[in-house]
Amino acid sequence: MGTTIHSSPASADRTGAVNAPARESVLILGASSSIARWTAHAFARRGYDLILAGRDDDDLARLASDVRVRHNMGAETLHFDALSVSSQATAFGDAVRLAGGAEHLAGVVLAFGLLGDQRRAAHDSELAGYLVDVNFTAAVRVLTVASDHFESRGRGFIVAVGSVAGDRGRQSNYVYGAAKAGLAVFMQGLRHRLAPMGITVLTVKPGFVDTQMTFGHPGLFLVAPPSAVGEQIARAVEEQRSVLYVPAFWRIVMLIIRLLPQRIFHRTRL
Amino acid sequence: MIGSEKLVARGLGRSYGDAAVVRHGRTVLTERLDRFLQFDARTGVLECEAGVTINALIDHFLPLGFFPSVVPGTKHVTLGGAIAADVHGKNHHVAGAFSRHVRSFRLLTASGAELECSRANNADLFWATIGGMGLTGIITDVRLTLSPVPSPYVSVRYERASNIDDALELFHADDHRYAFSVAWIDCLSRGGSLGRAVLMRGDFAPNELLTARQRHDGSRRSPTPRLSVPGSAPQFVLATPLMRAFNAGYYHSHPGAPRTKVLSYEPFFFPLDKIRNWNRLYGRRGFLQYQCVLPSVGGREGLIRILEMISSSGSASFLAVLKRFGEGEPGQLLSFPRVGYTLALDLPNRGPEVFELLERLDALVVRFGGRVYLAKDARMRPETFRAMYPEFRTWLAIKNEVDPDWRFSSDLAVRLRLMD
Ligand SMILES: Cc1cc2nc3c(=O)[nH]c(=O)nc-3n(C[C@H](O)[C@H](O)[C@H](O)COP(=O)(O)OP(=O)(O)OC[C@H]3O[C@@H](n4cnc5c(N)ncnc54)[C@H](O)[C@@H]3O)c2cc1C
Ligand SMILES: NC(=O)c1ccc[n+]([C@@H]2O[C@H](COP(=O)([O-])OP(=O)(O)OC[C@H]3O[C@@H](n4cnc5c(N)ncnc54)[C@H](OP(=O)(O)O)[C@@H]3O)[C@@H](O)[C@H]2O)c1
Repeated sequence: MGTTIHSSPASADRTGAVNAPARESVLILGASSSIARWTAHAFARRGYDLILAGRDDDDLARLASDVRVRHNMGAETLHFDALSVSSQATAFGDAVRLAGGAEHLAGVVLAFGLLGDQRRAAHDSELAGYLVDVNFTAAVRVLTVASDHFESRGRGFIVAVGSVAGDRGRQSNYVYGAAKAGLAVFMQGLRHRLAPMGITVLTVKPGFVDTQMTFGHPGLFLVAPPSAVGEQIARAVEEQRSVLYVPAFWRIVMLIIRLLPQRIFHRTRL
Repeated sequence: MIGSEKLVARGLGRSYGDAAVVRHGRTVLTERLDRFLQFDARTGVLECEAGVTINALIDHFLPLGFFPSVVPGTKHVTLGGAIAADVHGKNHHVAGAFSRHVRSFRLLTASGAELECSRANNADLFWATIGGMGLTGIITDVRLTLSPVPSPYVSVRYERASNIDDALELFHADDHRYAFSVAWIDCLSRGGSLGRAVLMRGDFAPNELLTARQRHDGSRRSPTPRLSVPGSAPQFVLATPLMRAFNAGYYHSHPGAPRTKVLSYEPFFFPLDKIRNWNRLYGRRGFLQYQCVLPSVGGREGLIRILEMISSSGSASFLAVLKRFGEGEPGQLLSFPRVGYTLALDLPNRGPEVFELLERLDALVVRFGGRVYLAKDARMRPETFRAMYPEFRTWLAIKNEVDPDWRFSSDLAVRLRLMD
């Protein structure tokens, strides 16, 4: 499935896309991430085929099988290394081909990311730059290619998984946070540019999610299951949202953290 | 294999004892190894990862007309856990244990090699892993056969047996006619009523037997638990006279003449799953599960002796089950089920006297050539284990070959001194 010949493109109104009438695919970048895995299921449940991109080919093949068996939808895999310049340039085009043409690639979800060790990154310029390369630069390069695709297609959605860490610089994660903040601003601008076409540009800001990124870290609270996060991402696309905090209470938590006067903020270990 | 620490896989932690934990080592969580890899609807053969649960199988495949070929009394177990304990269900007398429906699996061994194991390939390792309590490695993928079923309902015939002989006679007369067969047994009755029981036997119900309502409801997904036990039960609930009265009440709530009922698969297979935190019913000190099997030969006498011992101790509670096991497979090593009778009961933890009772039960079980179920054990002594599992030597040779340094170990393995 997946690279089979698709029927003619959908004629119906496809903004806020639900239940694709003709075959439509969603590209997931960093599909081996736990959040991405459940996002993939949420889109497959809504009738989309999937193109799963990442660097762990065996893991992607398993996820693709899982999508096929569980949802009876098509799933293809695509080798993608966010740090490889050639991957950044070609991944999107490859995905369009796998989808069966530009008409059939309905959306992209950028999920890859790397938290890294902030205590090291604070003093290690090599690592600091690396974290920015993965979380920001790579995302900007791929999304720039994607933006032209959706602009000429005239509909669809672009999702990037940012983080609440990007809402205020904190001693515990500011390198990662700065990259995610940059990503959020980039997405904001993209949203501005593509809004006239009705293209959904969604920034997802997860709080704590139970994935390998956070596993075993001290000080976590109210950790969300990745399955719930995936489902909410797909729903937010249907609702054409711009920014999604998951779980929702993080909007309030981050509002308070942003509003804390510096005097008080500096006394915390946040 | 990275590092040098001891390792043991954990499924959903539904084994009662210390099988899925290891002190001074690492427990390997497998819950997220839960992807379906391939399904063939013509043959019912499914390939999937070992952390897939029975619950997930039912959720996905029952609407397609398939059911796991063997299910234990809770659906919250993984396939890895089901193989490692070689679990049995209410259909063991005809369908055998879980392993009978397993075509093959992949095993990540101590050397780091991932081996395909089946009855034909790496057969030694296949059989050592079945019932091997996670000690041969980590099962990653499984190929197993699901069974086609006509509906999500089971037609169950309830039949009273006035004592143990009556119950065994009924089992022998026509057990083979039912796919599922189990008996609730009153472990507190005495004298002529010793071992009185209510047999519950049945089959998946064809559509014709269903009411319009059932046909409609049958298409829905499984519900989440409705009942929950909020706090711990006070101790007096577990007092022997009260339990005795309760058991008598339950027995007499079933009419003297057999009757048949059609009920959903859930209350039939997984009665406890409906009650969240059911274990709290046993109060803060909890309870011990004890499950043994006695061979058919001498089994009747053994059962009588065991029932007498339990009944006079006054220790047993409401949840006690008697079942007849069918034939096993010749290759089985540490797999628990053996042709004969199995008795499973919950004993409230009243302190040392329960442990003494279990020691005496162990001795009886050994004398009658039976064995105790490792997945439900937390206290057996090493010598007892060796007396009950004569195939242990063969198993140990395979274990020492595949994992000479005992990278895979567990508190259970240490307690039973399996490596000495
Ligand atoms: C209410 C209740 C009813 C039950 N009824 C029955 C019954 O009717 N029949 C029956 O046979 N049992 C029954 N059991 C016991 C239960 O089925 C077994 O203990 C089963 O092994 C639990 O599976 P799990 O996934 O929770 O495994 P765990 O309890 O986590 O682990 C059990 C063993 O399996 C090993 N293991 C788990 N996953 C893997 C893996 N991927 N690779 C290698 N080893 C692994 C562990 O190391 C451990 O030794 C019941 C348990 C409960 C709580
Ligand atoms: N978990 C949380 O609490 C949390 C909170 C806020 C935001 N987020 C964000 O959520 C997203 C998903 O993370 P997760 O929690 O699901 O954690 P995860 O499972 O660790 O996912 C991280 C993903 O990024 C991929 N990746 C990293 N570097 C890559 C590279 N160079 N090329 C290609 N892929 C690369 C990883 O691929 P491999 O499998 O190949 O390593 C993996 O799929 C990330 O953007 C993360 O920043 C997570």
